[in-house]
Amino acid sequence: MAITEQEVLAGIKEIVEEVAGVPGSDIEMSKNFTDDLDVDSLSMVEVVVAAEERFGIKIPDDQVAGMLTVGDAVNFIVKAAN
Amino acid sequence: MGILAGKQILVTGVLTDSSIAFHIAKIAQEEGAEIVLSSFGRAMSITQRIATRLPKTAPVIELDVSNKEHLANLASEVKKHLSGLDGLVHSIGFAPEAALGGNFLNTEWEDVATALHVSAYSFKSLSMAALPLFGESGSIVGLDFDATVAWPKYDWMGVAKAALESTSRYLARDLGPRNIRVNLVAAGPIKTMAAKSIPGFEEFESVWNERAPLKWDVSDPTPAAQATVALLSDWFPKTTAEIIHVDGGVHGMGA
Repeated sequence: MAITEQEVLAGIKEIVEEVAGVPGSDIEMSKNFTDDLDVDSLSMVEVVVAAEERFGIKIPDDQVAGMLTVGDAVNFIVKAAN
Repeated sequence: MGILAGKQILVTGVLTDSSIAFHIAKIAQEEGAEIVLSSFGRAMSITQRIATRLPKTAPVIELDVSNKEHLANLASEVKKHLSGLDGLVHSIGFAPEAALGGNFLNTEWEDVATALHVSAYSFKSLSMAALPLFGESGSIVGLDFDATVAWPKYDWMGVAKAALESTSRYLARDLGPRNIRVNLVAAGPIKTMAAKSIPGFEEFESVWNERAPLKWDVSDPTPAAQATVALLSDWFPKTTAEIIHVDGGVHGMGA
């Protein structure tokens, strides 16, 4: 069964909350990881690794550089997981 | 039976599954070795997640090579998981931002000192911390980047690698009587997290693709990992103080 955008967003919220200590309620599709959520490059590595495990996908390093917002990450994951 | 059957090896420097050290640990396990990884600080939780992606999940111990207490506790930490060590992999390097990227003439000593401490002196301190764990023989391998010439943007990291190369020779001299071999693998550029933090990394990439007689793939850490595993094995019994180039042949070309 295909995973929905809402399900991926919920998963990303949990991961970012756990890894970077950002309250889930602050995490929206439009938020920029670095500027809005204070997720630095090392935390971003962990977010990516955790997301790969959770959604059973591989996020290539060169894709990570383009994931500026939560929405970028959610869209990539939805596409990769389906 | 693999070439590392029965060997116990500590591998430092695994951050993600693109790390050269990850591939060393993976191939070493496939060749029969028992592996312990080390990591430190905020990277610990990442390394712990990545350790589960190895053929067999490896334990992760905390080790900051610039922390004396961590070094003093290394042997007892390793002993929680292994009975001793036959091999040690140093895949550690760090330079502050001011020491890389074209700021060579203006870098302050404090930044240079950090680069030398973490990237070169640590080869000695890590080896000495692990020494009580070695039996009648052993192999220590460090990851290097050819430091005989100057590179674009690499700056004080290049100087630190030159220090690493020299440190390796002196370690080989002093640990030889214990039958411990000390060698380096000088890899060509590989796209890892560490490489991403080197400004102008793309310049290396294009130079390599033009000059290497063997086709070089910056996204493939396997050749450097295979050479490291070979040096950890019993198949280089009289090789020490050596630098094995795994660079597609670039080091031997004049132009």
